Amino acid sequence: MSHLLEVRQVTKIFKGGTKALDNISFFVEDDKPSIIAIAGESGSGKTTLGMMALGFVMPTMGQVLYAGHDLQKLSGRESTNFRKEVQAVFQDPFAAYNPFYKVDHIMEVPIANFHLAKSEAEARRMMEEALVSVGLRPEETLGRFPHQLSGGQRQRMAVARALLLRPKLLVADEPVSMVDASLRATILESLNKLNKELAVTILYITHDLTTAYHVCDFIIVLYRGSVMEAGEVDTVIGNPQHPYTQLLIDSIPWPDLQRQWGQQEIITTDEDKSSASRTGCKFAGRCPHVMDKCKVSPPPLYQLDDQHVAACYLYDNQPVMRGEQLGTLFKSKRSTLPANGVATGVVP
Amino acid sequence: MTKPILRVEDLDVQYYTDAGVVYANNHINFELRPGERLGLVGESGSGKSTLALAILRMIKPPGKIAAGHIMLDDIDLVTLSEEEMRQTRSSQISMVPQGAMNSLNPVMRVKDQLLDTMVDHDMGLTHPQMEKLAIDALKAVELDPRVGMMYPHELSGGMKQRACIAIAIVMAPKVIIADEPTSALDVVTQRQVMQTIGRIQKEMGSAVILIGHDMGLMAQFVDRLAVMYAGKMAELGSVQDIFTEPLHPYTQMLIDSLPVLGKRGVFHGIPGITPLLRDLPPGCVFHDRCPHAMPICKEVDPAFAMHTPNHWAACHLYPNSASNEVAGAISGAVPSGTTKS
Amino acid sequence: MARTKMILRYIRRNPMLGAGLGILLFIIIFTVFGSFITNADSAYPLAAPASQPPSWKYLFGTDGQGRDLFAVAVAGTWLTIRIGLIAGVIGVVVGTALGFAAAFYGGWFDLGVRLVVDVLLTVPGLLILIVIASALGDKSISIDGMALIIALLAWLGPTRTIRAQVLTMRERPYVMMSRLNGMGGPGIIFRELIPNLLPYLGASLVGATTGAIFASIGLAALGLGPQRDPTLGVTLYWVMTQNAFVRGLWWWAAVPIGIVVLIFIMLYFISAGLDELANPRVRRTA
Repeated sequence: MSHLLEVRQVTKIFKGGTKALDNISFFVEDDKPSIIAIAGESGSGKTTLGMMALGFVMPTMGQVLYAGHDLQKLSGRESTNFRKEVQAVFQDPFAAYNPFYKVDHIMEVPIANFHLAKSEAEARRMMEEALVSVGLRPEETLGRFPHQLSGGQRQRMAVARALLLRPKLLVADEPVSMVDASLRATILESLNKLNKELAVTILYITHDLTTAYHVCDFIIVLYRGSVMEAGEVDTVIGNPQHPYTQLLIDSIPWPDLQRQWGQQEIITTDEDKSSASRTGCKFAGRCPHVMDKCKVSPPPLYQLDDQHVAACYLYDNQPVMRGEQLGTLFKSKRSTLPANGVATGVVP
Repeated sequence: MTKPILRVEDLDVQYYTDAGVVYANNHINFELRPGERLGLVGESGSGKSTLALAILRMIKPPGKIAAGHIMLDDIDLVTLSEEEMRQTRSSQISMVPQGAMNSLNPVMRVKDQLLDTMVDHDMGLTHPQMEKLAIDALKAVELDPRVGMMYPHELSGGMKQRACIAIAIVMAPKVIIADEPTSALDVVTQRQVMQTIGRIQKEMGSAVILIGHDMGLMAQFVDRLAVMYAGKMAELGSVQDIFTEPLHPYTQMLIDSLPVLGKRGVFHGIPGITPLLRDLPPGCVFHDRCPHAMPICKEVDPAFAMHTPNHWAACHLYPNSASNEVAGAISGAVPSGTTKS
Repeated sequence: MARTKMILRYIRRNPMLGAGLGILLFIIIFTVFGSFITNADSAYPLAAPASQPPSWKYLFGTDGQGRDLFAVAVAGTWLTIRIGLIAGVIGVVVGTALGFAAAFYGGWFDLGVRLVVDVLLTVPGLLILIVIASALGDKSISIDGMALIIALLAWLGPTRTIRAQVLTMRERPYVMMSRLNGMGGPGIIFRELIPNLLPYLGASLVGATTGAIFASIGLAALGLGPQRDPTLGVTLYWVMTQNAFVRGLWWWAAVPIGIVVLIFIMLYFISAGLDELANPRVRRTA
């Protein structure tokens, strides 16, 4: 039984020495597709992880496997399947389009290459259906050049493309960060539809925890290439346990007058470019609860709950989860939300 | 009622392009009180950045301020000469720009850029006095004075943004316009920078206009909030009023679409697309997306008027409201030719 | 149809390009029309009475060896441009291929290409060409032979430009998107990258052709050209060696000089116009 996507002890070191990912492991099953957020700030490694899932960047150590096959060793047939089944939506709505061609190009090409339609008419019909399902009108969008559409329309079309291709895995790299606020909900809704109706697993890469909260089921919080905390999104965001996540959540400007940000003091390091601690926990230099042992070796993942882990010595009385097991958190057991929507804790 | 430090009256800003006239700002009216924090929120194409540039008289051809007044204290900035305006910028009104990376001169040390700002204004200060002001500014933004001797590329994103803030406050202006000052920063640095701006602003007694598209940031930072849509100001009120009882349907739908803790999985986007500023529809600019659109909305552009104390909106849902205090009757004519009495 | 309208409207906004293309059109008409009304032999010695000033019979006069200068103008303009085009096209094709390969494969290949290009670009090209041309000895060079010699150096500039452009384009999301669309390497190069390179290819072509034309004129004027053929450069060579000025035959010099200046202006306008097209920041904001 192979996982849909497996990241096995992956480390990535770029030319110049930056370590973008440090021994990350997790997997995603394909039986009950969910939306998993890979959250972190710039330098956390989240984009690199996304690029690896797409096969654009290869790990320095470790392996990335799709349907059990190592991405660096795909046969011709496996490679075609991989390309067909793994798709992406990128951050910049303009840059994803080749300015030389009309916008239809991004849908026509894969339909042709993957033989998804038997005739031009059928291809056209598929394209129109996909556009309609994301709230666009084909007569207003097809046949135009990218610069003639708005950013929101272009991004919606990129999601329509994903709908049309019915991938098994979609990597969405900051899909709404460059889109206006009023359109975000629409695009997120389309992503939700992809997951619920078409059974597509989505890796949602973002630095914006509010949209991650809105649309994702699970979340992995990265900091400087390592996993800090992971679990069900309600628990992690509603009740963060790792000091880094707590700092992040505390700094989010929620559009809610009842919630004041900044209750917690921020400890600034000298914004140094080199890691504060070469060994030990990556967050030790900024952590208000730092202990001596934090600087010696990085903490493992402590299991706080059925669906919640945190890599912090504050919880060293909890059982340890081995890195490779991280995927077991993402079983689709939804905690039931009471009517007012406030999660009271993880419910099996 | 304290006298406003800045009053924008009936401001129209237009751009003349090959493709037609772009009505970037139409009949903008609002006041800024001394020491207050005003947020200006809008999506792309709403005209908010144009408004900031207009206040600073930095609109370049083919754009121009077609009509209106910008009263700073009692001086109309629109009537000032270029030289007088140059003296006003940075000393009376300053700007913290978006994208600090591009706003700092890469070949000058930070301190020199601070001094540069002061030297260009006839402040009548000696060099040591200006140096002290520069150091004070750096300390105010929580940068070590040694940073003054560094070049921009040696600073991190957050530090560069603080350097820009230092440049904006070094002459203690009365009004600081911050145009998306934190858009390139991560969320923790963003909070720090905004808290810094807030603290300085209180210490100096300056007023701040925060421009952005992040309603959450507005909720956490500003006292009053103005909502812009397609070149017009749709609503203006205290941040409590706007969030708890929004008047304009656009504001209502915008707030409804925001993710809030506890409201997972509920998506309320606003259908339709924002009109292009050079192709504005007749009547109310929002009517084609508005769930409460009435026949009158397609023909007559609603006036921007006060409906409850200090809460203004431009919407036909509230027809019999007190006339506004801003000078003269607002004719609310979007240049499609329709006027409202 | 929509594209031609777009192109024409653009030319109205870009007068430099329009002017350059206008001159090009004029030169083409002149050459084509001229080739119908003159006899090709008239461009060679002893075709007409020598040293005649311009008159109705001989519009541009004749030179000291009896060539009809109008025929020389018609033939020479075309020959000169032909040399420039052949060398320019070869230069751009080779340069593009090398530039692409260097940008895509990187590593040692890229290093090698960069080294060769950077070193050779610093050496004065004309000098190299003079050495090569004179090494060929007494054998008189043909038109196409000249073009090939010049092509030896014409690929340097384009390689650099194209390589730089491909390096930037390679990281663009739409290239990633095309991979996700199932396209392979060659498909991406030809269908995605090259269409966006067209402005740069155009500019490189103009640049390479310009360089080639002037290199050929320079070489020919120094006596290293195809002396039997009436190219503009060779004509200048005769002007100098036959002491046209001392003999008062000013029209003999005016004809080639005038045409060279015209070609220069045309190439300048076209290249400035293309620069505006390829470089959005230079574009006059609409």
